[in-house]
Amino acid sequence: MSAAPKTNEGLYDCRDAFSKTLEALAEADDRVVAVVNDSVGSSKLGGFKKRWPERLVNVGIAEQNMVGVGAGLANGGRIPFVSCASCFLTGRALEQVKADVAYSNTNVKLCGQSPGIGYGELGPTHHSIEDLAWLRPLANLLTIVPSDPWETEQAIRFAAAYEGPVFIRVSRYPVPALQHKLDRIEPGKAEVMRDGDDVAILANGVMLHKALQAADVLAEQGVSARVVNMAWMNPLDVEAIIDAASTGAIVTVEEASVRGGLGGAVAETLALHRPVPMEMLGFPGFAPTGTVDFLFDHFGLSAAGISSAALKAISRKG
Amino acid sequence: MSLSTAPAPASGADRIAMVRAQALAIRRSAFTMVHDAGLGHPGGDFSAADILASLYFGIMRYDAKEPRHPDRDRFIMSKGHCTGAFYSVLAQAGFFPEADLKTYMQPLSKLNGHPNRNYLPGIETNTGPLGHGLPVAVGIAIAGTLSAKDYRTFVLTGDGELQEGSNWEAAMAAGHRKLNRLTVIVDRNRLQQGDRTEATNGLDPLDDKWRAFGFHVEMIDGHDHGTLLEVLGADPKGRDKPLCVIANTIKGKGVSFMEDNVSWHHGVPNAEQFAQAMKELI
Repeated sequence: MSAAPKTNEGLYDCRDAFSKTLEALAEADDRVVAVVNDSVGSSKLGGFKKRWPERLVNVGIAEQNMVGVGAGLANGGRIPFVSCASCFLTGRALEQVKADVAYSNTNVKLCGQSPGIGYGELGPTHHSIEDLAWLRPLANLLTIVPSDPWETEQAIRFAAAYEGPVFIRVSRYPVPALQHKLDRIEPGKAEVMRDGDDVAILANGVMLHKALQAADVLAEQGVSARVVNMAWMNPLDVEAIIDAASTGAIVTVEEASVRGGLGGAVAETLALHRPVPMEMLGFPGFAPTGTVDFLFDHFGLSAAGISSAALKAISRKG
Repeated sequence: MSLSTAPAPASGADRIAMVRAQALAIRRSAFTMVHDAGLGHPGGDFSAADILASLYFGIMRYDAKEPRHPDRDRFIMSKGHCTGAFYSVLAQAGFFPEADLKTYMQPLSKLNGHPNRNYLPGIETNTGPLGHGLPVAVGIAIAGTLSAKDYRTFVLTGDGELQEGSNWEAAMAAGHRKLNRLTVIVDRNRLQQGDRTEATNGLDPLDDKWRAFGFHVEMIDGHDHGTLLEVLGADPKGRDKPLCVIANTIKGKGVSFMEDNVSWHHGVPNAEQFAQAMKELI
């Protein structure tokens, strides 16, 4: 069993990596534009606006138009990064995401800011725990849930270079910079962050570092846990899931509803290819009032909760 | 390569006669497609036919052989259910063979009930759900402004479709940005699927609404080819705001028993009705 990846000092807001990367891309390629719904501040695009005011298209508080305008800009040869709180981008404008972006197969990059329960006490209207389930049936919409600043930068750079629709979650929750095994992200390729053979923890986004912490807790109890980074929701790394099932027990961890997101995707894959005991961690429904950290702990999205779920899955092995 | 209207622009009476002939061909073709498929939206096909013929045979610059030329004028069929007319005008303009129209809505046909840009050339965006065309058109117009291109962007909406709020989000943005190379054409036939627009969720005074959103408004007879060519052809440099053309039309225009009759929104003709309509469409 390999050692757990060490984290660097400090914690990071992935929005900083998003905006810094977008500015670097915009400097190199004048086709890159940003489209926002009065979300310049919350998307950390103040610097972009200052440098290229005409290339930051602020449509105001009008998300349906925002996504349609993004599709139109792509038609006119631009590479639009449509950036808005994920709850409004994927909820309010879901039909535009479906018809104008995915079904039309336009070169639009959708950036869901502050996803999951990133808005904490503001509550379920501002949470975006449904986005992954809503978007997963859109088969040609590549979907990435980055875990840290490096992966966020990689996702944004990938999206700019890729010709076609992409959705990227951009988290505000402070996360450590993880030590990744890959030099660069590749579509549909999961990343084994830590090897193990008693149980496999499949996680993405800001849950990945908590999964790694859980593996440390389990190691202290003599349990060898594999941790797999499932940043790619679409395409899904089916082989990595089947391989993880060789441990005989699976836990999925996501900052999303347990209905239809990563857990659902993994469960479908296991049922079709290699059924093993499985536990799913996430949100069972609308979250109650609380800070982000409170809500993570409340729903077991913590080192203690994940390790406990892992032991439960192991106990269910035949 | 330079773009031009296709075929080469005619002038005066010849030009109007050509557009009239193309509009008639659209109606005959669309009704045949609906009859053969047993599905479709012929009432709206007919109210839009003269507008489409004017755009494709008198106004727009495009090259059907290079349908994604960056300098082309764009047309978006926001009332995407009227594919009988839309596919017909695209075929007549040379984007794909007219023989393909026979596959309308057949299994695995590229001619879906609603248009798909990935199936056929000449389609800018996939429509069908209402209220999607204008936001995309606004984005195209903004891209043209950013790139200092002189292409024009046209979008045809139904009138009932304007009950969708997304149109007004987009209208607000278009007016705010003074997108003078954007033209919205409203097919004002006053009927929607189930009833009259004014009996359902009234739109009047529709011209005032568009003016309030920052548009220059023209209200015209949407079946008068000369007026359509004149109003749609006016140089956009002459205005500092987007243009809204409210084209007053008649649903089912051209066939006596279909005109202004809501049952022909998605009515399908029997053999006798089809024969009668073809006699009138000459």
